[in-house]
Amino acid sequence: MKKLKLTGKQTWQFENPLFIHSSGTAVGPKEAEGPLGQYFDIKHKELHCGEDNWELAERRLMEQAVEQCLTKGNKTKDDIDLFLAGDLLNQNVTANYVARHLSLPFLCMFGACSTSMETVAIGAALIDGGFASQVIAATSSHNATAERQFRYPTEYGGQKPDTATFTVTGSGAVLINKEVSNIKITSATIGKVADLGIKDPFDMGSAMAPAAADTIAQHLKDLNRTPDDYDLFLTGDLSGVGSPIVKELLKEEGYDVHDKHNDCGLMVYRPDQQVFAGGSGCGCSAVVTYAHIFNELKAGNLKRVFVVATGALLSPTMIQQKESIPTIAHGVVFERADGGVSS
Amino acid sequence: MVKMKEDYKNKIRDYQPKPPYFMNCFKAFLIGGLICLCGQGIQNFYMNVFHFSEKDAGNPTVATLILISALLTGFGVYDKIGQFAGAGSAVPVTGFANSMTSAAIEHRSEGLVLGVATNMFKLAGSVIVFGVVAAYIVGMIRYFYGLAF
Repeated sequence: MKKLKLTGKQTWQFENPLFIHSSGTAVGPKEAEGPLGQYFDIKHKELHCGEDNWELAERRLMEQAVEQCLTKGNKTKDDIDLFLAGDLLNQNVTANYVARHLSLPFLCMFGACSTSMETVAIGAALIDGGFASQVIAATSSHNATAERQFRYPTEYGGQKPDTATFTVTGSGAVLINKEVSNIKITSATIGKVADLGIKDPFDMGSAMAPAAADTIAQHLKDLNRTPDDYDLFLTGDLSGVGSPIVKELLKEEGYDVHDKHNDCGLMVYRPDQQVFAGGSGCGCSAVVTYAHIFNELKAGNLKRVFVVATGALLSPTMIQQKESIPTIAHGVVFERADGGVSS
Repeated sequence: MVKMKEDYKNKIRDYQPKPPYFMNCFKAFLIGGLICLCGQGIQNFYMNVFHFSEKDAGNPTVATLILISALLTGFGVYDKIGQFAGAGSAVPVTGFANSMTSAAIEHRSEGLVLGVATNMFKLAGSVIVFGVVAAYIVGMIRYFYGLAF
């Protein structure tokens, strides 16, 4: 009988060598002005991204991210077997309408802000299982579409607390295949939904930290590893409030990641950009990982990174019904590999 | 020792930045007061230049404040004032106008009827409902009080 690729309870170890062939990112003005601005492929000067409304703007970002991914990887749409994508909006309209434009076999996915690693994990697993050979995984978010759907109209004068996060306007896409490159995908851990009773939609960092800690701890248990085996544990958008909490939660489980943890929400913006606790959104983990972290891996500054995208699975209706916020975190291990030229 | 997970809501309090209550109150007081001061100035203007009586000047004053608020919302300024002032800019009539204007602007993409017109009262609707219900109840109390005494 063939060996099960499920290791432990929640971790998939890929049998075949799988690689990130190329990536593409497109962001809005605030992200372009942030500390990682120079690494993004396409930068828009205005939040509408040249479109008539916010939803069209978000679609544009995802289309551009996918286009960049294909161009940089010297591939065309016809080379791609499968498109996996998701976003924050109701019915995942951004992903669906972009899929319409691309006209590729498509699986829509929803993981809120954990969608980036969810799509990469599933894409890798499908290639490993022989169900596809070229997969594009993409996700996006837009500050205005998220505000409009989850909170208030963009010009509303409501006061946000310091625990709030700022949804990233950005999209990231990656092309996964078996062609040797500098970035290898070796394993992925699928998270379970966690909920410790947090009800405040203006403090999602606190709600998501337990899910991130759970996934990281389970990953290390499943693979029988310690934090020393990794260079970086990168969470998606726990931001200023959730980051210290996840480190403390992991410490209580016996895993000290203090000097090896960072968070995409803290990396994508400067503190003086008026973003409260930091960045959030599907695009947050996607653009930081696919632009900056991949560069660091290629340069050899990082050798093994566990990127854990965190999602808050709430809706405005659930909040109004006084329900708490269920959260989830999916992680993928990216490793520096020698040989091959990637872009 | 109790693990963080077992008493999560209480244990995370140390990690959540505390709202600067005193500063927030002060800022709200300052901006709220300034808005009322502007309102008074506008009322005086109508009384002195257009010779309205104090009572008659009330309506054009409110209308002017609503207009200014709507314009500031449209120019993208009101939300910045709101982040600073909190209740100070939300409570006066200017906050009400902002809630309607911002909702109307936001839903322009869905058309005039189902977008702008339907959603305009998304935030203001509750204010109107509770305002009318409260006025009714107080009115009833006043009426029966008047009958009794």
